[in-house]
Amino acid sequence: MSAPTRRSVVRDCVGVGVAVGTYGIAFGAAAVAAGLSAVQTCLLSLLAFTGGTQFAVVGVIAGGGGIAAALGSGLLLGSRNALYAMRMAPLLGVRGLKRLLAAHGTIDESTAMAIGQDDSELARTAFWWTFGAVFVMWNLATLLGAAGATALGDPAKFGLDAVVPTAFLALLAPRLRQGRVEVRVALGGAVIAAVLIPLTPPGVPVLAASAALLLAGRVSG
Amino acid sequence: MTLWWIVAGTVVGCYLLKLAGYLVPARVVENARARRLVELVPVALLAALVVVEAIANGRHYDLDGPRLAGVAVGAVAAWRRAPFLVIVVAAAATAALLRLA
Repeated sequence: MSAPTRRSVVRDCVGVGVAVGTYGIAFGAAAVAAGLSAVQTCLLSLLAFTGGTQFAVVGVIAGGGGIAAALGSGLLLGSRNALYAMRMAPLLGVRGLKRLLAAHGTIDESTAMAIGQDDSELARTAFWWTFGAVFVMWNLATLLGAAGATALGDPAKFGLDAVVPTAFLALLAPRLRQGRVEVRVALGGAVIAAVLIPLTPPGVPVLAASAALLLAGRVSG
Repeated sequence: MTLWWIVAGTVVGCYLLKLAGYLVPARVVENARARRLVELVPVALLAALVVVEAIANGRHYDLDGPRLAGVAVGAVAAWRRAPFLVIVVAAAATAALLRLA
């Protein structure tokens, strides 16, 4: 592909939003099926706005877990956004209200799209456009899913369960082209997560994968 | 009522976690090595998310043929540098079609 332009970056960001949005339908449906009201479901998407956490919380509720288990796994998964924010802060250089807004939009997709760009101007464009596109689509889709939970039936029938891992993979792909350290860290993270799945509560395998950073070895700035 | 507490706790907790990252003193991330490591964090977490979302259901392994086939097709599309939408639609279509069969 040719060098990315502002236009191609914006197009990709909107693509991310649409793709993530399709899965928002599944979230809305899953949340209502777990016993949340449509209002509670939509508030989670509007205000928590971090898909992994939302799914984890709903999963625990569906499994009969209480407040501690739901918040524990949800916030464990959400804590990676703090790491993303540390990465985005110098790149965005935002202050005041704009910083409060940027914080809300600091999620897997906006961070991944931003740091996948070659220069900081495109990175800022990618962050805000991905935030906007994902926010609009995720919330519309959540509403749609919550409203039509019973009509949609099983989300797996539409292959929506394959969309989530693939979306994360598509976000990861540009990083893997940046160097061997990236590939090593990614493989390490994948192995750690795979091993921990049956051993730890949901949420922990993903967080623990950050230990793969030890594989970065002597990295240069 | 419990559900409302869970919703409120999730909402407040998630936002404070995001905001906390912006309030960390800049010098922490100005160090070249620290900055490089923070840059690499999403790589490890995204890889873990791919694995967990692909093969786990709660604390159990869940190897679902159509889903894994969908992810594999998506991986090939990503490797061929297809646009994001093409990648995820290919994955969903593969999984959905295999389930029809």
